[in-house]
Amino acid sequence: MRNRTVIQEFIKGLWEENPVLVSLLGLCPVLAVTVSAENGMAMGLAATFVLISSSFLVSMFRKVIPGQVRIASYIVIIATFVTIADRFLAAFTPDISKSLGPFIPLIIVNCIILGRQEAFASKNNIGRSLLDALGMGVGFTLTLLVLSSIREILGSGTWFGMEIMWPSFSPWQVMILPPGAFLALGCMIAGANWINRRRKS
Amino acid sequence: MSNTAKIIIVLTLITMISGGVLALLDNYTKPRIEAYKEKVKNAAVDEVLPPNDRVEKIEKGEYQFYVAYKGNDIIAIAFKAFGGGFQSKLVLMVGITPDFTEITSVKMLEQVETPGLGTKIEYDPANKEKPAWFTDQFKNLKTQPEITYVKNVKPTKNTEIQAITGATISSKAVVIILNEHIAKAKATWESN
Repeated sequence: MRNRTVIQEFIKGLWEENPVLVSLLGLCPVLAVTVSAENGMAMGLAATFVLISSSFLVSMFRKVIPGQVRIASYIVIIATFVTIADRFLAAFTPDISKSLGPFIPLIIVNCIILGRQEAFASKNNIGRSLLDALGMGVGFTLTLLVLSSIREILGSGTWFGMEIMWPSFSPWQVMILPPGAFLALGCMIAGANWINRRRKS
Repeated sequence: MSNTAKIIIVLTLITMISGGVLALLDNYTKPRIEAYKEKVKNAAVDEVLPPNDRVEKIEKGEYQFYVAYKGNDIIAIAFKAFGGGFQSKLVLMVGITPDFTEITSVKMLEQVETPGLGTKIEYDPANKEKPAWFTDQFKNLKTQPEITYVKNVKPTKNTEIQAITGATISSKAVVIILNEHIAKAKATWESN
């Protein structure tokens, strides 16, 4: 890992090691909240905030935290930042907080965040950990944004609440129901794999 | 320092700092969150009660009644009704005449039903003019002997409403919650 340049540390989260499309981590909130672009975006940004803050602290204290209790320590640090994000959303954007419901508190157990602490932040210096967290967070947010846009446009005929489809367009209701999440995400992963394979050969 | 002592000290410190930070944060955000809830509730009370001179809050039993006066006469009462929906807890603000026989209006406060189907009990995007047509049906609905629902046809009786196609369970839940809470609220209101 040490031989990666600074830029590569950031870029890898966007595509090559994209948490959703390649690692298939944290799929529960990915499938559940992406009924509208606004929700997907808010979820992505909240998770990114938690990821960056947690990576920073975990990397800073990586030499102080004893190995036996590292997971417990990571969870407490993550839970603190999740609660901060949750309270802030509830206080300043109550509508988004209402529609994301229990999925903000559930960021605590999102494997992307715990995974990056265990696999990266606890072994690398603060600078690299922040870049890694930022890349993963941006990759997660972009993937959520694309997935939720597909679902909202097809399922409700709107994008960020704006009407964008032609008037006679009849929304595909299935796209905003749970099966639509699986269909759309499956197609996206298939597409990503196809592109990767073509690039390799 | 032994490893055991280190584990205890580090974990204790982390949790204490975390607790402290969250307590400070709560102090800061709580008033805003409470204020927002209060605003939503007051808006709902205003919406379900007919035009009035003043609203008085009376607590009785497990209910908080919002009583609307015109002069010295009580013209309507609002209270919260809640219960299970298809997949979430439904909370409604109900406005009703003082004898509990006619609903003045109903407003959905909380629901997390199936997007696109059950959520139509609060907001139906397909109906551009009246997106809240489902709860609008309860305006001036008679409550005795009980509220009932019909499917796929227009309601004929003055105690009937039409269920949402594809969301019968959510629609039915609203009717059940209303029947149950109107009876219970009436008993509470009339008891002394």
